[in-house]
Formats: sequence, structure tokens, C-alpha cells
Amino acid sequence: MIFDTTVWMSLVILLPLAAAITAFLLPRHALAIGLTSSGLIVLSVIALTISLVDGGAARDQMGGWGAPLGIDLVADGLSAVMLLMTAAVGLAITIYAKGYFPARDAHKRAFFWPLWLFLWGSLNALFLSGDIFNLFVTLELLGLSAVALTALVGKPTAVRAAMRYLLVGLAGSMMYLLGVAFVYAGYGALDIAQLRMLVADGPPLYAAATLMTVGLMMKGALFPLHFWLPPAHANAAAPVSALLSALVVKAPFYIMLRLWMDVLYPLADTAAPQVLSALGIAAILWGSIQALRQPKFKLLVAYSTVAQLGYLFLLIPALLADSRPQVLGAIVSFMVAHAAAKAAAFLSAGNILHATGDEQIASFTGLLRTLPLTVTTFALAGLSLVALPPSGGFIAKWLLLDRALANGDWWLVVVIIAGGLLAAGYVMRVLGPTFRERETKPTNARAVPRSMALSAFGLSVLAIILGFMGVYLLDLLAIEPVSMMVGGG
Amino acid sequence: MTETALLYMVVGVVLFGMGLFALVAYPHLLRKILAMNVMGTGTFMVFIAIAHNGDNQPIDPIPHALVITGIVVAVCSTGLALALASQVQALTGQPRIDGSEREE
Repeated sequence: MIFDTTVWMSLVILLPLAAAITAFLLPRHALAIGLTSSGLIVLSVIALTISLVDGGAARDQMGGWGAPLGIDLVADGLSAVMLLMTAAVGLAITIYAKGYFPARDAHKRAFFWPLWLFLWGSLNALFLSGDIFNLFVTLELLGLSAVALTALVGKPTAVRAAMRYLLVGLAGSMMYLLGVAFVYAGYGALDIAQLRMLVADGPPLYAAATLMTVGLMMKGALFPLHFWLPPAHANAAAPVSALLSALVVKAPFYIMLRLWMDVLYPLADTAAPQVLSALGIAAILWGSIQALRQPKFKLLVAYSTVAQLGYLFLLIPALLADSRPQVLGAIVSFMVAHAAAKAAAFLSAGNILHATGDEQIASFTGLLRTLPLTVTTFALAGLSLVALPPSGGFIAKWLLLDRALANGDWWLVVVIIAGGLLAAGYVMRVLGPTFRERETKPTNARAVPRSMALSAFGLSVLAIILGFMGVYLLDLLAIEPVSMMVGGG
Repeated sequence: MTETALLYMVVGVVLFGMGLFALVAYPHLLRKILAMNVMGTGTFMVFIAIAHNGDNQPIDPIPHALVITGIVVAVCSTGLALALASQVQALTGQPRIDGSEREE
């Protein structure tokens, strides 16, 4: 490659941040800056992935300081998958936003692009952070830009939802930070790779585990701390809803994965992993049932996110007990499949709202005739959410089921199948009316801009294609730092 | 850990708890934002206590660096929270978000 791996690692963080500042200073050119930089970010992420595949996991001591005072960036297979997921969904959202924020809406356009680029940059930085304090900082950057984006539409419901989102998020990050303090007090390190060697069962680890896990549950909207999510995700602008549901809620879960695998693993035999798994079950059932009851499309999709996040936690006990590569593969496959499908679902909701101005599911009669491409988009996304073959959701659930069966957790098998049936229920609730013929004359639907229709459709196609890419994803995940392989756990 | 450091640490945790309680208990947004700052201050005090290595020992600079970074983050968050709170007040006429959700 042209550059060393570490240069690409810095670039995928610096590019979006620099572009965000430029877009903020030159609001008239925000769109051009947004489109150009998005292309460059995606290319850098691909280049980083290629150089990781060639040269293995990498660690970059930014500015040559080194841990503990410096900020070390770490890239392994898991980071690469997360960065690629963000790049794919991010590119589609960028193209969608080009049509969604028209030139006449100068205010929203001027603020969307810098905030979205900040959010992208903080996500990339988070996925490359190697120490628990830097994870806090990137999580805060992410939270602040996500809250500002939620409030962007300016309606009272959206601003209130953003306010609640901010308060819950801040309480969550304060808990996480206090947890960081206990880890440092107990083990004298912040670097995850160092902590892996130093941690031991003891009071500091119990305190830290409780604070950090509860804090991240709040930010990651795990049942019963999900209450802020549906209003925030349902009231935001469509591209914002898509990136909140597909990407932002994955970040706290990613930190949770890293923490439990490498720092909190001495607590694997306590009740905590089982509790997380049980909350996952509750999230799937509660979120799906709420989704079935929602009269509005975007709220239905938001509750579906509450449910789908539950699946990520089901196998936490198995992840800590044994056969980590397979379990991690199943969990990460699910994250990626959900990101593509959920972003496509929210973008298709945005298209329907744009065309008809009506998001009551009851008034979707005959939409297949007026908006064939958008209904197809939601149908394909729905296929993956329900986990029918050959979608990405199918492969991910297949892997989850396989691991649950291998561990003899029959109740997880029941929950996964029940969750699929419930998802089929809420997806059909939306699709059903669209097939019916309208008795009255067809509504005068506004034309959906091509960039919006095609980017949403592209994502839904990706949600299906992911079903054929499972092997590549598992290969990529296998890139692990050398030091991690020799450690215990 | 010395007794002084332990005292600071315990007070920090108590402040954190008081802040968390107020954040949940009081509906007024300004109170919630203040509560959040009390939580932050409590956390920073825990860090300061950790930096203490004994009475005649040099202090550990790392927790101090974390506190400075943490303060920057807390100031930004408070700024955004205040801006949003004044928007909530302007749009709904109420400095709170727990009211009835009847509007569209």
C-alpha cells in the first residue's frame, strides 16, 4: 500500500474531523465537502482494511508518546469490521442526505454536514481506541454530535427527545467514567492490552464492572434502559434516524464487548453475563411486542431496534465461557446485518414520509403501486430483520442459533425463533396494506429524489448480499493482535 | 491509600450518588443539568484521590490529565445541554421534558 497501516488509522479519524470543521466554516460548500470527504473516508477505510489483512493487527502511538500518557490507536479485525460497517452505511446515508436536505433548506444543510462528519469521525476514533479513557472521550464526542443531529429537525418532540437522549447519555458516560477511575485505582493502567494482563477478581473490578456495564446499557439502550430510544430515533430526520439506529447504538455495545472480553473477564463466572443475556431476552420480547402495537411507521422501526439490540446480548455468557471466535463471529454478524437492514428501513420510512407526508401505517394502502422501489426496499430490509434466507439477518441468526445449540441453551433457541416470528408480524403489518388496492383514487404522491430512493435500495440490497459474505467477515475478524492470543481468559 | 485520600474518594462517590439522585428526582431541566455537573465533580474528585500516592510521595500525573480532559468534555456537554434546555423552554413553554407527550 501507499502508506503504512498506522497512517491509514490516523487518516480515517483525521479526514472526517478536518472535513467537519471545513464544512462548518464554509456552510455554502457543506454539501460538496460532505460528498467528497465521504468518498475519501470510505477509500481510506478500505485501504486500512487491506493493509490489516496484509500486515496483521496494528498499534499506533500517536505523536510517539505511547501509553499511558499518549493515545494509542489499535486496529484489529473487529475494528476493521466496525469501520467497514460504518463506511458502508455512512456512504448510503451521505448520498441519501444529498436529496433529503435540499438547497432551499440552507439552515439544516449547513448544520447536518459538519455534525454528521463529526459523528463519523468519532465513531472511527472509537473503533480504533485502545484504552478505556479514550473510549470515554470518543463516546462523548459521538453522543454530543448524535444529540445535536436528533434536535436538527427543530420540532418540539424532536428537541425534547434530544434533551432526554442527552441527559440519559451523560448519566451513562459519567457512570462509565467512574468505572474507569476504579479500574485505574485497582490495576494502575488504562490501556486495554495492558489491563488484560493486570486485572484480577476483586472489589475494584466488581465496582468498575457494575458502573461501566450499567452506564453502557443506558447509552446502548438495553432493556429496561431503552426508554429514551424510540422518541429520539422516531422524531429525528430520516437520515439521522438511520445512522442513530444502525451505527450509534452499536458503539456502546462495541465497548461492552471489548471490556467483557479483555478487562472484565475474571467476572465471567458471576451472575452478570447471565443477567445481560436475560435482559437481552426481555428486550427482544418487549421491543417486538411494542413494535406490533405502534400506529406510526418510524416508531415501529425504532421499537424493532430495541428488540434487535437484545440479540446482541444473548450470547454474552457463551462469549466469556468458550469458543470465542465462533460466538464473536455470530454477534458481530448480527450487528452488521442489523446495521444495513435497519438503516434501509429508516431510509424507506423517510421516502414514504417525503412522498405522502403520512407515516400512519393504516394509510399505507396501495403504496406498492405509488412507491414500488421504496416498498421493495423495506421488503428486502424486512426479509433480513425477520431473518429469512438468503439475507444477512438469516446468516447471523443461524450462527447465533448454532452457538446456542452448541451450548445447550435451548431457551435461547426458543427466544430467537419467537423473535423472528414477532418480527415477521411487525414487518407484515407494514407491508400488508401496501399490497392492497386503494378503493378511492390514488393519492398524489410527491416524487422521491433519485438519490434517496437509490441509496435506500442499495442498503437493502446490501442487507441481502451480507448473507453471502459471512465467510469474509469471519476471516476479517480472525485478525487479532499477537499479545491478545497469548493472554488468559 | 492514605486516610485523606480515602476520605476524598468516599466524598467523591457520595457526590456522584447525590447528583444521580437529583438527576432522576427533579423535573426542572436546569436542576438536571446542575445534577449532572455534581456527578462529574464527584467523579473528578475520585480521580484526584487516586492520584495521591502517600504524604511524601510525588503524585501520579495521569489521573490529573484525565480530570483536565474530563472537565473539557463536561463543559462542552453542559453547553449543549443548556442550549437544548433553552430550546425546550422556547418551544414548549416549560423547562421540563417529563410532561404529557400529547403534541405531534
